[in-house]
Parts: sequence; structure tokens; C-alpha cells
Amino acid sequence: MPVNADFQGRTYPPTEPYRVGAAKIREFAEAVGSDDPVHTDVQVARARGYADVIAPPTFAVLIAQQCDAQLIRDPEAGIDFSRVVHGEQRFAHHRPLTAGDVVIGTLHVDTVREAGGHAMVTTRTELATEAGEPVCTATSTIVIRGGE
Amino acid sequence: MSEPTAATTVPRAVDVAVGDQLPGRTIHVDRERLVQYAGASLDRNRIHWDERFATSVGLPDVIAHGMFTMGSAVTVVSDWAGDAGRVVEYGARFTNMVVVPYEGGADIEVSGVVKAVDPETKRVTVELTATAAGQKALGRALAVVRLD
Repeated sequence: MPVNADFQGRTYPPTEPYRVGAAKIREFAEAVGSDDPVHTDVQVARARGYADVIAPPTFAVLIAQQCDAQLIRDPEAGIDFSRVVHGEQRFAHHRPLTAGDVVIGTLHVDTVREAGGHAMVTTRTELATEAGEPVCTATSTIVIRGGE
Repeated sequence: MSEPTAATTVPRAVDVAVGDQLPGRTIHVDRERLVQYAGASLDRNRIHWDERFATSVGLPDVIAHGMFTMGSAVTVVSDWAGDAGRVVEYGARFTNMVVVPYEGGADIEVSGVVKAVDPETKRVTVELTATAAGQKALGRALAVVRLD
């Protein structure tokens, strides 16, 4: 089934608040092999001027992909998750995600296009605190591989 | 080129020049690591840990999460900059899959080179190269760090 091009330009409602936890930051940092103590030691983090331990630069993908799931699981979008491959990812950090942050993601479907028998969908998740302070812009392009 | 620095010494923008090489590293990835990353990132797509499923959807074998490669590669930049929170922008394309065989896993060779230095904002752009099995896993992998 082809991807529904009508989804280009769509914005989903803001997600439920996501609470950034120190334990999840530690788990993620260990998984990517980042041993900077700023992820695990609150004293180190505070000495560098942060309120608490901060997340590695790609941690935001965890929240952004939960936002993307709204699109991927939308039956009308026509996306076969088993054929999805990640094509490109970008982050612009307005400040580091910090333990204790409560953030809300707003998903925008920027482009839907076909190329070489595959569909490519670019989404942008704007992460902000509940008070509206921008934290991170995460942009993702997924490729939905065409069938044989 | 900057002089070799001790691990506790972080570069200042004024000391950095285009063409400077960052200390590289080899990142080993195996099935255990992919399961760890799947749990940490909540990206539990079976193509990253289930060989039977991966081959059934046309992949050669289990493949690493692109975000695992991207997230582990940026440690070259964050460790060099002395603080993961200094990474203010980061983006990459996933150009070739990192195939992770059951036996032996895979090695990802990561290196970084300074591509731009902005003396006004003290922002330094680093291009990362991540290679596995002789193929580039990341394309246009650029990280921007804010130095002192």
C-alpha cells in the first residue's frame, strides 16, 4: 500500500508529557557507550552548570520516535512498519535535555514523497517543556521500502 | 593541528583549526549490545535483534539501529569537547546498513575532523566518519559543538 501523500503538512496534537528520568539517561548513555559522567553523576552535572544529569545528544530520539508512532500506527497513513528503515536524523538542541524535565512533543509531517520505488517521510518533532520553553527540534526521515 | 591534550583538557575555540583530527575509536557492536540499545531507546523493531524476522523482510541479517551508530559515534565529539552538553546540533544520513552477524558482531571505525570554526559564536563543526565492513554507515554526519 502506498503512503498517503495527504499526510504532508499534518500536525498531530501534543503528546502526553514525558518525564526525563536520571535512570533512563544512564541506561541510554550506557547503551551508546557514552561514559561522560555528566550523564550519571549529579555533582559533575551541577559543577558544569546543569540542574541535574543531562541526556546524550541523541537521547531525544527516544521521545521523538514515540511521537512518530502516532503517524506510523495511523492506519490511514499506509505505512508498513516492517518495511521502515531510518534514512536520516537531525537534532537541534536549544539546551540539553535534563533529568527532571517534563517535555511535550508536537509532531509535524513535513514531507511525504516517492523515490525509486520507495516512500520517504520526513517528520519534525518539536520538544518543549510544559511551560513552552523549546528544548529540542528532532527531524527524522524514514524510508518505507517498496515491495518486490 | 592542536597539540595532543590530556583527557582532562578541553579545547577552546581559539585553539581549534579546520582540519584538526579528533581522537577516533573503534566501536564494537554485537547482538547483546543491540538488545541493550533496543531496551534503552525503546526502538524494539525486530530487524535489530531477530535474524529470522530480518531475513523474512529482505535484509541480509540483523542490522544495527542507525541511531545506535549515530549515538555511539558522537561520543568521539562529546568526549573531545569535554561535555556532552556542548553538542548543540547533530545530524546524519544512514547510508549503509551495519550488518551484525550472530558470530563476532561488527566493528564501526569512527573518526572526526574539524570542518568549520566560527570565532564569533565559538561554534565548531565536526564531520564524523563511521565505517563498518569497509562501507560508510553515516553520511553527512555533522556535529556542531559550542566551545569556550
